[in-house]
Amino acid sequence: MSKQVIVIGGGVAGLEAAGQLSKAGIEVSLIEKENKTGGHLNDWYKLFPDRRNSSEVKEYLDGITHHDGIKLLTNTTIEKFNSNKSHFSIITNEGKELTADAVVVATGFDLFKSARKEEYGYGIYDNVITSTDLEEMFRKGKIVLSNGNVPKTIGIVHCVGSRDEKVGNLYCSKLCCVTAVKQAIELREHLPESKVFCFYMDMRMGGAFYEELYREAQEKWGVNFIRGKVSEAGEAIDNKLIIKVEDTLAGRPLKMEVDLLVLMAGMEMSEGGKKISKMCGLNTGENRFFAVADHHYGSNRSNIKGVFYAGTCTAPMNITETISHARAAVSEVMDYLKNVRK
Amino acid sequence: MNIEGKKAIWKDYQKEIADDKFYYVRSCVRQNFFPGSETAFLKIMREELKKDVYEHPCHTTCTGIGYHSDIVPVETTMTVVARQFAIMNEAGYENLMPSCITSFGLYTEILDTWHHFPEVEEKVRQQLKKATGREFRIPKNLAHASDVIYKFRKEIAAKAKYKLINKNTGEPLKVVDHIGCHYAKMFPSKGVGGAEYPYVLAGMIEEWGGQIIDYPERRHCCGFGFRQYLVQANRGFSVACSKEKFESMKPFKPDMIITNCPGCPMFLDRWQYVINEMEGKKYGQNEEGIPVFTYEEVAGLVLGYNPWDLGLQMHQTDCEPVLDKMGIEYSPEDKYKTEVNALYSESHNLINV
Repeated sequence: MSKQVIVIGGGVAGLEAAGQLSKAGIEVSLIEKENKTGGHLNDWYKLFPDRRNSSEVKEYLDGITHHDGIKLLTNTTIEKFNSNKSHFSIITNEGKELTADAVVVATGFDLFKSARKEEYGYGIYDNVITSTDLEEMFRKGKIVLSNGNVPKTIGIVHCVGSRDEKVGNLYCSKLCCVTAVKQAIELREHLPESKVFCFYMDMRMGGAFYEELYREAQEKWGVNFIRGKVSEAGEAIDNKLIIKVEDTLAGRPLKMEVDLLVLMAGMEMSEGGKKISKMCGLNTGENRFFAVADHHYGSNRSNIKGVFYAGTCTAPMNITETISHARAAVSEVMDYLKNVRK
Repeated sequence: MNIEGKKAIWKDYQKEIADDKFYYVRSCVRQNFFPGSETAFLKIMREELKKDVYEHPCHTTCTGIGYHSDIVPVETTMTVVARQFAIMNEAGYENLMPSCITSFGLYTEILDTWHHFPEVEEKVRQQLKKATGREFRIPKNLAHASDVIYKFRKEIAAKAKYKLINKNTGEPLKVVDHIGCHYAKMFPSKGVGGAEYPYVLAGMIEEWGGQIIDYPERRHCCGFGFRQYLVQANRGFSVACSKEKFESMKPFKPDMIITNCPGCPMFLDRWQYVINEMEGKKYGQNEEGIPVFTYEEVAGLVLGYNPWDLGLQMHQTDCEPVLDKMGIEYSPEDKYKTEVNALYSESHNLINV
């Protein structure tokens, strides 16, 4: 009889893990709380650094999970979790019991709720939006202000909810800088007459071809990068946004008017992940993501034998890293089923 | 602007405000700046709301201005504050209600410091005992006087004789609310509505019929900001701060400004006169200034108190445009005929009536 694994979460990590497990002959129950798989990938327009359409990656993931060995349960959440001598059982919100020999947790991340950075006025001022809102505009092919006009001056604020002691997130979300660069280029492509200003603390362009994209944004697209964090936004009588920022390279405060302000929301442990953590007794770290057994050689292992992690439920990652991490989780699961649990 | 977004934030910042039996500590400067405000506050609390408000003749400055000016060392400040607590305890009160925003901020800061560093509190206890023989308990409740008026804003509205509505147009008066920096900027959770979109004055204005204006320099300092003003060489910067605010609020055509800090109304009021003298510029409508009020004065006007008993004749920017819009009856001839204790129906000793 083949082994059974439950994968919790149908985002990039969960889909990749489910696909690779089924390829290895494992029977997989894939649980997704939404009505479709794909997670945050569904919200994105084009991906960095190569600017390919996000739907291409989704097509790949759908392809590998189109397998008889995968039982997909959408609109499903976990209400109870039991473990008994390497045997796991889960009760879903519909009262269904699922059993398994191992569990892969791939609950992903939630975007930082930008309204928590009250000083930027998200949810209050009409033309303050997040990076996700902008992606939706790109997908619709219509970048307009609340009054229907086309924005001429656009500000992009980096590190919203990341590297920020005030909101309790000391860590870097890693992907916001390159997202800002990508979106700045796309804004200039869609709106060639616009001026785009990025306000950053440090440019953290650590991934492959990120630095090249940053250079392209400046040289080819004329995006302005100002080193300094926006301290506040307010709305003038004509709905324009007045922002204040300290230009730390020029060494002087700056006050400027923009039509649109885009907040690069960081990544946080998902609410679903927090619930699973409590229910299963899985440890979390200071950053509130799941705490891995070892940062160097055990980043897929948890504090419970037979429960493994895949993807951004452990830390901010890009798609490439998420897929690699999910594959590594599968390798750990296979080793566990073959050599540890037997 | 989406008001629902603000309401969501306001929900997150609600504080506990005592219901009765307040120990009132006065501001060092307000009685000189706007002499009717604290008197009006006591009348509203005692006569309109029937609350027990106690003042001790021996309470002193909290040393806030000296502390923020680097003149008074923090340990001295803490010991003075400990003494205020001690005499409050001796009088049998537990709910501290400062009139001054800087005092409120300082009390909040000291209580937070003691919470995190109990050894500092212990040292202050020893110093107070050694210096005065007194002991103290931490206040059960700390609320600024504007918090208390906010709490009872509906009761005041129920007794209102006038509303913050333009009687000629039927439109709500457009009101700029300016919150003292020390109210919530240091400890957002201790202010009604938080630090970014405080609700303490906005709640009063809404309840009394007015409409709050949100303008870009809403958070900016009034111009007092002790270093701008106490250091004589910086006073130009003080006027510049106020000017920045006036320029920013002008397009919204405000009818009035309401404040909850000792310094803010003084500077927003006086500097309008100075800017007009320097540049011939006025920021209100019809070539007038924008009248500036304390929240007690606004509450007094709403309740129908005589504007001159409230001390509005002491304002440098004329308040009459607002009185006329609200339809308040007043005698222009009586403007400078000051009567001592005119606010009270019978002669009162203001201390512990």
